[in-house]
Amino acid sequence: MSAPSEERPLLGVRGLAKRYGAHVGCLDVGFDLWPGEVLGIVGESGSGKTTVLNCLSGRVAADGGRVTYVTAGGAPVDMLGLDESARRRLLRSEWGVVHQHPRDGLRMGVSAGANVGERLMALGARHYGRVRGQALDWLARVEIDQDRIDDLPETFSGGMLQRLQIARNLVTAPRLVLMDEPTGGLDVSVQARLLDLLRGLVEDLGLSAVIVTHDLAVARLLAHRLLVMRGGEIVEAGLTDQVLDDPQHPYAQLLVSSVLQP
Amino acid sequence: MSDPALEIRGLGKAFTLHVQGGVTLPVLKDVTLSVRPGECVVLADPSGAGKSTLLRVVYGNYLAQGGRVLVRHRDRVVDMVGAPARLVLEVRRRTIGYVSQFLRVIPRVPTDQVVAGTLRARGVPATEALDRARAVLTRLGIPERLWALSPVTFSGGEQQRVNVARVFVADYPILLLDEPTASLDAASRLAVVDLIREARRRGAAVLGTVHDAQVRSEVATRVQTLAGTEAA
Repeated sequence: MSAPSEERPLLGVRGLAKRYGAHVGCLDVGFDLWPGEVLGIVGESGSGKTTVLNCLSGRVAADGGRVTYVTAGGAPVDMLGLDESARRRLLRSEWGVVHQHPRDGLRMGVSAGANVGERLMALGARHYGRVRGQALDWLARVEIDQDRIDDLPETFSGGMLQRLQIARNLVTAPRLVLMDEPTGGLDVSVQARLLDLLRGLVEDLGLSAVIVTHDLAVARLLAHRLLVMRGGEIVEAGLTDQVLDDPQHPYAQLLVSSVLQP
Repeated sequence: MSDPALEIRGLGKAFTLHVQGGVTLPVLKDVTLSVRPGECVVLADPSGAGKSTLLRVVYGNYLAQGGRVLVRHRDRVVDMVGAPARLVLEVRRRTIGYVSQFLRVIPRVPTDQVVAGTLRARGVPATEALDRARAVLTRLGIPERLWALSPVTFSGGEQQRVNVARVFVADYPILLLDEPTASLDAASRLAVVDLIREARRRGAAVLGTVHDAQVRSEVATRVQTLAGTEAA
């Protein structure tokens, strides 16, 4: 982030709402995301954090609200009003979406290298050698042995799959990345490795990210700002360490005080 | 005399513990003090009086209930009370360095990179940042064989020195020091004292807590209580 005055938010969310029948997915969710900023969304299961992420990515259709994204060209785009093909094009070129379960974000039937190269090809890269070179480079960056480039993801461990999914998303240098529990279900040692990797990538590439997690320690280390959600609504928002060390809302206090200190 | 780099006016802080029956603990009441460039103000209240709380409020880690924390940040004055999160982060990156009593880092990141991270966040090139990080680690007596390791497994005293290093590696105009020499041996204590005095000489405004009487007398230009009374 550079000087606040010269910038405007990359993403503006207002009044985002989603119902699943009588059940509230999320209600009146609003926030801004600034260039280079990592926003964490925390809360228990069912608090609506994944619903928010899915509404942003278009995986789930929102019932109401506005999501404004400023493209690389500088034009504000109404994401919820965009037609499907334009939305897909934008998502492919400027956004990355890292799913909680890597299988949802990978193509399991093609090689690791193809998984990484595919997004480049979708954006028009045609030179095979160069695509393969970039795929190799990204496997190394996410610490996957380059010898595995022609292997199918099926043969990878959970942690490797998650790192492969991250490589697949970041190879096209997206401006905005949405991540759902990126370290969920991984061994602690693999988690640490992934945290280190994500933090480095965010800093080096200057990308913005929205990270949904139920792990407050992960949130503390990765996010600049936090939203605490409960029952589909944001109950507290602020600087990450302030929300975790001096939470104001009763639920935020309960959430923070319920964590076991290792 | 120059204008204060940090000016605290009528600051109040209470904690409302909703999880514990909504009991409210008032900690700071109407705290007013200022620190000018080159000064080192040491707070002399007993434990539990709210010294660390004050430092955390100034850093934006705790929210104040009232009053102002005016910080000279680049060419303007920022009130940390009520400042938006992004501005607080910008002030932390450029203006206020805070040595806390806890070291929080991503596991696996080498010690020299942890320290260099302060400079990297300000846009200092990687090689220069690493060189300066290693220089300050050397001054604080962290041997080279530890630089490539994560500080997570270090002893308390070593972690404390890494904490000091990651702040003093940069020339912050304002320094908040929460017992920077607690749990340090004599040689390390001396190194920290030197760093604080150097910072003062280049014009840093320092506010801190120091229990050790010897260290206090070596770094403080003024010793006072939260209520504002001057102490010896």
